[in-house]
Amino acid sequence: MTCESAAEPAWRSYGVRRRSTTAVRLRVSAALVAVTVLAVLLVPPLVRLDQQTVDLGSKLLPPGWAHPFGTDDLGRDLLLRCVYGLRISLLVGVAAALVATVIGTAVGATAGALGGWVDQGVMRVVDTIASVPHLLLGIFIVAMFRPGVWPVVVSVALTHWLSTARIVRAEVLSLRSRPYIDAAVSGGASRWRVAVRHLLPAVLPRAALAAVLMVPHAMWHESALSFLGLGLPTHMASLGNLVQGGRSSLLAGQWWPTLFPGLFIIVPTLAVAGLAGAWRERIDPRRRSELML
Amino acid sequence: MNRLPWAAMARLAGRRLLFFVPVLLIVTFGVFAIAAASPFDPVKAYAGTAAFGSDARTLERLRENLGVDQPFTSRWWHWLTAALGGDLGQSSVMRQPVAQVIGERLVWSSLLCGAAFVVAVLTGTVLGVLAARRPGSALDRAVTSLTYSLEAAPVFWLALLAVWLFALRSGVLPAGGLTDTASEQVTFSQVAGHLVLPTGVLAVSQLPWFTLYVRQGVGDALAEDPVRGARARGVSERTVLLGHALRSGLLPVLTLVGSRVPELITGALLVESVFSWPGIAAATVEAAAAVDFPLLAALTTLATAAVLVGNLLADLLYGLFDPRVEFRDM
Repeated sequence: MTCESAAEPAWRSYGVRRRSTTAVRLRVSAALVAVTVLAVLLVPPLVRLDQQTVDLGSKLLPPGWAHPFGTDDLGRDLLLRCVYGLRISLLVGVAAALVATVIGTAVGATAGALGGWVDQGVMRVVDTIASVPHLLLGIFIVAMFRPGVWPVVVSVALTHWLSTARIVRAEVLSLRSRPYIDAAVSGGASRWRVAVRHLLPAVLPRAALAAVLMVPHAMWHESALSFLGLGLPTHMASLGNLVQGGRSSLLAGQWWPTLFPGLFIIVPTLAVAGLAGAWRERIDPRRRSELML
Repeated sequence: MNRLPWAAMARLAGRRLLFFVPVLLIVTFGVFAIAAASPFDPVKAYAGTAAFGSDARTLERLRENLGVDQPFTSRWWHWLTAALGGDLGQSSVMRQPVAQVIGERLVWSSLLCGAAFVVAVLTGTVLGVLAARRPGSALDRAVTSLTYSLEAAPVFWLALLAVWLFALRSGVLPAGGLTDTASEQVTFSQVAGHLVLPTGVLAVSQLPWFTLYVRQGVGDALAEDPVRGARARGVSERTVLLGHALRSGLLPVLTLVGSRVPELITGALLVESVFSWPGIAAATVEAAAAVDFPLLAALTTLATAAVLVGNLLADLLYGLFDPRVEFRDM
């Protein structure tokens, strides 16, 4: 390989091609997110199939026409169970991300707007909590409060608001020196009014982006807890519980009860990351668009 | 290399170690506060099913003996002073002192994490360089897509699939544990064989970020003037890539390794559980399932300390490798 072909042209053609791949990626991601949301919203009410229907005569069937993902050890259709599992995982993920975003925005905005020792103190606390590994803290909280839906949501929310708080604080700090804030202050606006009317709306797009990106994280966290037997109760078949449930079949040699629930975690994660990457490129075009996870 | 700035490094380390103290104090305090706010009752946990049959007087005495009637702040202080003396309490699920549990299991966790990190760094470097060599090429896209998919994949799921593929289908590797169940002694070859799968999975879970950082670092270095100059002088592509771009692109990434301890601990928690690896991460999960508070509190503190040490290591390496950074400023 000569150096000419290796250096400049590669970078240049990369730049040209990037635009088209970005568009393709955006469309694929949007389509996947749409399919996921539609499946989660529409399949349960429309399809008159009970995901709990036990049919021991057709247990552990490999993927085929009647059951595209096969059946589990009780003869339940895995595709249907995965859709229901995604529904539960997504619900928990969205709830946790919402709680975390509200906490993070409130803390970050307060720290950034007040500044001084409040800011220093709050950010030290954030640093301290951040030095406990997320999953470990989550496991500790769930262990103390016993597994259940709310402990899981709280455990995920309490470990995920830190990054939002940092992002919002940094944004508020950079906004504070803008002329329109000065204008509002010299116009006699109170601290509270400046924060709520001028700072918060400017910060929201970034907080919303962080919230969207947090949903896959929260799903991941929930499924890890559920997999360890510390998450949702087993009758709530979330994706993590499905993977855990497929474990015994896997050890007997049947791979499909484990494989498909995992794919149901990966695909939405990648799709959301692709969408969020495109969105970030729109609100912050200087930064190069990379998939964000 | 020039003489290392030992004095400056020691000062930075000393300053950071002073900072560790309040962090660990707050974390342990928080752990006790969460436990106090939770419905968890140490007396019932201690008495087990016997609590149902015993009268209120006995339970009250037990409450007093365990010190549960005191506020959690004084219990925290009591635990802290005992912990400084090496007494971390008694683990109910392991039926031995917490300090002993940690002492026996820490070595296996360190072995697993260390091996996984080495594998991840080596593989990540190779993949990152291959991808960075021709950005936008088929190879680059393949590596990038693979890393993003791996990043999105749950570790425990990868671990289960690895067990299925390598232990059940082909039977080349053991599915879990430290040694074969029949074996009485812990021998080197046994441990090495059982180490392969957990190490591989943990390494794969750490691979994505490292590969992407190396790709970014080497890719940026390839676009810089020193590389262009080297190419203009007719230096071979191999030397340009490995001697110039990799050296300047990899060093900043290597310093990040210390700051990835939280992710490593998260991965270890899941991998050790799947493979029944007798490390402290698997013990954490067992302790959580049995609500073994003394063990959980100690392990949470230990993990936090590991994260802090990792961060310190990252800062020290960063200051060493980047001559523009002064230790005084950190």
